[in-house]
Amino acid sequence: MSIEQFTYCRIPDDAEKLREDVRSFLNDSLGDYPAIRRADSWMGFDAEFSRKLGAKGWVGMSLPREYGGADASAFSRYVVIEELLAAGAPVSAHWFSDRQSGPQIMRYGTPLQKEFHLPPICRGERYFCIGMSEPGSGSDLASIKSRARSDGNRWILNGQKVWTTNAHLAHYMIALVRSSDSDNRHGGMSQFIIDLTLPGISVRPIKDLTGREHFNEVFFDDVELSGDALIGEEGQGWEQVTAELAFERSGPERFLSSIALINTLIAVVGENPDKLQAKEIGRLTARLLTLRNMSLAVTAQLQEGRDPAWAASCVKDMGSVFEQEIPEIAQLLTEIRPAADGGCDHAQVLAYLTQQAPSFSLRGGTREILRGIIARGLGLR
Amino acid sequence: MREVIESSLEKLLIDHVSPDRVLAAEESGWSRSLWDLLDESGFALAASPESLGGAGAGWDDLFGVMQLCGRYVLPLPLPEAILANWLLGVCGLEPREGSLSFASANDLSRNGASVSGTVKQIPWGRHVARIVAIVEEDSPTIVVLDTTQANRKNLTLNTAGEPRDDLIFNKQAPIVTAPLADGLDARVLQVGGAMIRSAQIAGALEALLGISSEFVNERVQFGRPIGKFQVVQHQLAVLAEHVAAARVSAQAAFAESSSDLATLQIMAAKICCTESASIGASVAHGVHGAIGFTHEHPLHLITRRLWSWRSEFGTATYWSDILGRSVCKAGADDYWPSITNGVLR
Repeated sequence: MSIEQFTYCRIPDDAEKLREDVRSFLNDSLGDYPAIRRADSWMGFDAEFSRKLGAKGWVGMSLPREYGGADASAFSRYVVIEELLAAGAPVSAHWFSDRQSGPQIMRYGTPLQKEFHLPPICRGERYFCIGMSEPGSGSDLASIKSRARSDGNRWILNGQKVWTTNAHLAHYMIALVRSSDSDNRHGGMSQFIIDLTLPGISVRPIKDLTGREHFNEVFFDDVELSGDALIGEEGQGWEQVTAELAFERSGPERFLSSIALINTLIAVVGENPDKLQAKEIGRLTARLLTLRNMSLAVTAQLQEGRDPAWAASCVKDMGSVFEQEIPEIAQLLTEIRPAADGGCDHAQVLAYLTQQAPSFSLRGGTREILRGIIARGLGLR
Repeated sequence: MREVIESSLEKLLIDHVSPDRVLAAEESGWSRSLWDLLDESGFALAASPESLGGAGAGWDDLFGVMQLCGRYVLPLPLPEAILANWLLGVCGLEPREGSLSFASANDLSRNGASVSGTVKQIPWGRHVARIVAIVEEDSPTIVVLDTTQANRKNLTLNTAGEPRDDLIFNKQAPIVTAPLADGLDARVLQVGGAMIRSAQIAGALEALLGISSEFVNERVQFGRPIGKFQVVQHQLAVLAEHVAAARVSAQAAFAESSSDLATLQIMAAKICCTESASIGASVAHGVHGAIGFTHEHPLHLITRRLWSWRSEFGTATYWSDILGRSVCKAGADDYWPSITNGVLR
């Protein structure tokens, strides 16, 4: 690592010129989409919207043209996704495929796996979920117990995943499981692409504290996987998943989750803020600009083919703190009380994001894990 | 050009700005031999146009220079002189050789060819030969004043012992005056001052991260380096995040500035650098323990400057208030477009 990975980089013109197109598409397709739905950020699921976006060429756009992508630069994808997030568009259906499963298949998949999965991903039709955490393995991901046993030219999978966002709606899961015994704590793991319609798989949604169902438990009971479900190399799962997590942590969704609340706050405060409102809104804006500039520096790393993991961890940790502070600050600035039902847009968004905020520092890695990665980069471990 | 300027300045700073030298400068107030060295190398003319004898460097090229001044805690107003000469150049005036500073606040009024009033909080005001200020009457005018003509001086030192002086002029004729160039705001020296302090803070924070990481890897307690303890690691991780935030925000401010300063990015940089300075100094002192609180240890050369620079040319509250008001005036629909344009309507 080096702090020089953080070097400001302006978005190149060819990427920037996509912005107007995306904005006018969002204006047309979202119209007066309500604030409370926009507050769902990248958790809103709408397959029809994902297909429309795919038709515009804005899903899987960094993938090669031969698979339906656009060979787009990291900056082009950045412009598209930040516009989607800022508008609070319902992108959850294709989000995981676009962000990590597609790139993971491109990087480690066989030609057959690429041909089978990438074109429908790019059309916004094929949805993935990410099988990492297990009941006893959260931050300590290397302690997972789910196991695929080799049986001739097939694999028999047993075990359980948990906190799997969209498992109840997705078509496939890319899961990290044990595939052999190893003395090395990080050895003996592999990644598999699992068709969630296979016999022996059951999915049970878990209600979150807001009463909504985004994440799930997934049970594998003697699930028979064909040989070509393995992605990448047998035994290389840990290295692969580490690369995947760098994608998972590198994007602007790690500091834009509460942007809907800044918008409703500005609307209710109006043109003449009092001293405290002006100061706090100014401070939030400064931090947002800076996080975005940091995120662009990470995007430049991705674009140059460098490992963004250290810098991405810095942005995600600082970004989560920011996203979580927005409801805390907003509730101090007006007398509008949070409302789970009824109330104005701001009251609803405030209630919703106040409750969502704890998830921001657990999805994609807890604070402790991220700070550990940063410290390792500083040469402390 | 950037690499040449940066590497020659860094060499000079390594050779001539040791912690001892900085401490000595705090005692004596002004290091003439060091200023002469900088002057001979022409660094103060870096941002003046070539047609007027300067190096014609853009702000994008000068982030590194300002950052180096912060990293080595240069006890001289080189950043101030570069900015002052830049402004003179933009207004069609020749750069000033010799020691130069500026102030962003004054209550000067003009009376014919002379000016009267107080020029406030001038960095190294008691030591420099000339200062640049903007007289804000009906049409803003830039003036260069000879400090020996000041009728009175109110001398102040900031937390780091750097002079921040008020000079009071009573009917004194400026050495030169010109109308402030078209398109420049009368606040330009306040905005520019915030920009250079942001880069200095970013540089000082990088030095802070370096010495703090080194210290926790060397200091042994409970049988191992304290950097092996998770609680220490996490504090340094937070410090690193803030160093990154300060660096990128200040860089963006410089990269987006030309003859027109990038006010929105500069406000964001000063607000974030200020916050990072406070948190950074706190973490660094926390992990250094008692040794970091001694005069002997060089940590305070950095932290006392962070505690000073963060409130100069507008505190975080000052800039947050201005930024927040502009955001609210523009309204929610313009919010995101301003972020991506980097400009507030």
